[in-house]
Amino acid sequence: MALLEVNSLSVEFGDGPNPFRAVDQVSYSVEKGEVVGIVGESGSGKSVSSLSIMGLIEYPGHVKAEGLTFDGQDLLSMPVKKRRALTGADIAMIFQEPMSSLNPCYTVEFQITEALKIHQGGRKKWRRERAIELLEQVGIPDPKSRLKAYPHQLSGGMSQRVMIAMAIACDPKLLIADEPTTALDVTIQAQIVDLLLELQREKNMGLVLITNDLALVAEAADRVIVMYAGQVVETGPAEEIFSTPRHPYTQALLRSLPESSQGKERLEALPGVVPGAFDRPKGCMLAPRCPYASERCQREVPMVSGDSLRQVRCFTPLDLQGKPAA
Amino acid sequence: MSDSTNTETLSPEQVGPQPQTPLQEFWSYFSANTGAVVGLVFIVTMIIVALSANWLAPHSPIEQYRDALLMPPAWVEGGSWTYVLGTDDVGRDILSRLMHGARLSLFIGCLVVTLSLGMGILLGLVAGYFQGAVDTAIMRAVDIMLAMPSLLLAIAIVAILGPSLINASMAIAIVSLPHYVRLTRASTIAELSKDYVVSSRVAGASHLRLMFITILPNCLAPLIVQATLGFSNAILDMAALGFLGLGAQPPTPEWGSMLADALQFVQRAWWVVTFPGLVILLTVLAFNLMGDGLRDALDPKLKQ
Amino acid sequence: MFQFIFKKLMLVVPTFIGITLLTFTLIRLIPGDPIEVMAGERGVSPERHAQLRAELGLDQPLLIQYKDYVVNIFHGDLGKSLITKTPVMEEFASLFPATVELATCAALFAVLVGLPAGIIAAVKRGSIFDHSVMTFSLTGYSMPIFWWALLLMLVFSVNLGWTPVSGRLDVTYWIDEVTGFMLIDTLLSGEEGAFASALHHLVLPSIVLGTIPMAVIARMTRSSMLEVLSEDYIRTARSKGMAPLRVIVVHALRNALIPVITVIGLQVGILLSGAILTETIFAWPGIGKWLIESIARRDYPVVQGGIMMVATIIIVVNLIVDILYGVVNPRIRHNK
Repeated sequence: MALLEVNSLSVEFGDGPNPFRAVDQVSYSVEKGEVVGIVGESGSGKSVSSLSIMGLIEYPGHVKAEGLTFDGQDLLSMPVKKRRALTGADIAMIFQEPMSSLNPCYTVEFQITEALKIHQGGRKKWRRERAIELLEQVGIPDPKSRLKAYPHQLSGGMSQRVMIAMAIACDPKLLIADEPTTALDVTIQAQIVDLLLELQREKNMGLVLITNDLALVAEAADRVIVMYAGQVVETGPAEEIFSTPRHPYTQALLRSLPESSQGKERLEALPGVVPGAFDRPKGCMLAPRCPYASERCQREVPMVSGDSLRQVRCFTPLDLQGKPAA
Repeated sequence: MSDSTNTETLSPEQVGPQPQTPLQEFWSYFSANTGAVVGLVFIVTMIIVALSANWLAPHSPIEQYRDALLMPPAWVEGGSWTYVLGTDDVGRDILSRLMHGARLSLFIGCLVVTLSLGMGILLGLVAGYFQGAVDTAIMRAVDIMLAMPSLLLAIAIVAILGPSLINASMAIAIVSLPHYVRLTRASTIAELSKDYVVSSRVAGASHLRLMFITILPNCLAPLIVQATLGFSNAILDMAALGFLGLGAQPPTPEWGSMLADALQFVQRAWWVVTFPGLVILLTVLAFNLMGDGLRDALDPKLKQ
Repeated sequence: MFQFIFKKLMLVVPTFIGITLLTFTLIRLIPGDPIEVMAGERGVSPERHAQLRAELGLDQPLLIQYKDYVVNIFHGDLGKSLITKTPVMEEFASLFPATVELATCAALFAVLVGLPAGIIAAVKRGSIFDHSVMTFSLTGYSMPIFWWALLLMLVFSVNLGWTPVSGRLDVTYWIDEVTGFMLIDTLLSGEEGAFASALHHLVLPSIVLGTIPMAVIARMTRSSMLEVLSEDYIRTARSKGMAPLRVIVVHALRNALIPVITVIGLQVGILLSGAILTETIFAWPGIGKWLIESIARRDYPVVQGGIMMVATIIIVVNLIVDILYGVVNPRIRHNK
């Protein structure tokens, strides 16, 4: 049984007859100890879908799903209190902006031990020792003196390490990392990713790595989910996705990498932007930007096809040569 | 706003919204705020009443009808439709006094705001533009003024200059200066570092041109909002001074002094107290509502 | 921390000097001969004129006059009232507790009502409660408080007879002045009903004086809270799985209160100037009424000294607020 099963998850914002669907019937699963990468441009619904798993979507957002189970328990039907007991303990999350994600009013110690206090209780002294231990684990030098530091005294990389320490405080089974490196310096990015992967292996956690950095996913993930405009457009094992993308969007993403443009004068890029709340097309979400779009793509919404290992949402999935099927 | 740049990549039926002129955009933001529109309507009505008080008012504001002392409003027993809102202790028609009072209050508001806005902008621009010692001197003075409660400072100034309408307006204008100075200075400093100012400077613009033509127009939005709120403060402070007997002198129909005159009749004639205060409250409220709406419409930070 | 406080203290010095300059100039700005003006219509004999000139130090050069003025201030000497001949400082000290008592109660009312209203309005954003808080606070903010006082008096004192019209205590009680704070003195006196009477007298003036600060605090708390609630660290806190109440109280409130504390501090000025009106209406024997009466009586030393003292108090309160601000907000404490 999978650690996390997401079945047809939708998140809508706003009331009335036409709410904005930020996440549209997304399904995927994460196994124990697996690293799943979720890729997509900003605005594709990656973050919102993971926030809904954490139960962090607030009014005016509504979460709907046919199934949302974690470790065999249905997250949506369980009582609020029980769900809160899971969040932060068994499922934890780290965020994009480490600097602003820490409360400026409290010390590192307070914020790390707070998670312990809520979920595990224990004596103050024990919590303090555990916090030192955690800081050591995330590679912060001189953890004892860092306990008394305030967030504004930490660098971005340090803050993200503290965030990770907070997230793994209660030994979660699943860690969701929402663009954990986007806001950091390039040199720090690799360190943080290495740290995350190391912790993941050590603790055999499931890790959902949300990013728009394809290179990072190629390197780290076992499986990849590609999202576009709130929908999953392609899923599959990492190597396959990168060697033979089947969705035009995935292909376009890969072609926009500098590595794939060697010898060319400019990087290839998909024209246009992810459709926003008011300009979603009628048919396939990608149709206005897709080089292969047919008349049918403008009209009808394509369904997901393929087996559970490899899925794609396209009328004419690409073949091995990267050309649309007839 | 970025829609307009990429409409061509969207399918033909996906035409982006038409770009609005700044005025249209301003109005669409402003009119979305019901309170602000209500405030605006009230103020416009007030202005019309104030301008045409001579024709609209049923009686002279200072004529004393000796046979109708402390007449209650028309709908109360003993009232008469000759004096719709009743009369005061010397038989003056309250409605007429309120109408003429509106003229006075709005005029004072204009005077005070013009004076303080003008001086404030000048001082703030100079402080922000030249910085250094000039800045320090001006801002210190402003800090000292801010350390004094505005009403107290106004009272002190009137106490020295002697109670009169003009002195009171001067006092209120001086007292409300610091806000304008601070605002102008802050936005001047913020604008000063922007590229368009640098390029204008490189192009050889004089200090005066830089200050008034290049920078000032870009600092106006918060100043307009503050000026609207300045109106309400001026009316409120003026009424307070009038109430304390330090503003308009009798028999001038000023709202605050009308209240002061009525003080001893609180128990016997509620109407002499109720109406002037209500008019002050509503006018001030209208300006504040409009100020809120203007802030929403003009402050780019709040726009999406 | 000491460095922080010291720095703040140093910033106050020029402001204080400015205030002394202002109050010093004030009395010299009176058009015409100050002594003639002070004397008013009664006129003054030439001998008395010369005597007064010497008494007020007006025969000295301006610079010397200013020096003497400042030196006297540091000795707690603000001159004597022209009418009662008592030192200004003494009169101030005897009246000040009444104003403090009133202002404190008003501030308590403003904070105890405004703060929770603002917090709940922000948490229940868009609800009916939120809308009513916003409407009430805007109305309160626009309120001419002298009229508000009359209105409340009309309803509660005249029509309903629930509260007294004016003063601090029923005339049937005679209380020894110990602290000058009526609430405390009545308790100390042990006289039955005196405390209740003092409290009764405080209710209306406190509400009147507290209305504008309450409106400002409610508005400020709401907007500050709304801003904080959308911060990333609130999401972090919620992702730790804590109860919503803990998120609001522990994580949001403390950050939201930082700007609110400054605003509460700024209300001291509003309270003291509001006290001028409130005290006049309710015949409350405090600083505000004293100042207005002195202006009416052309008792310029009292006006000068009173304004000086009020301004000083406001500076001191603002200084305390600044320091408190540093205690609450670690960023300020460490960086500046």
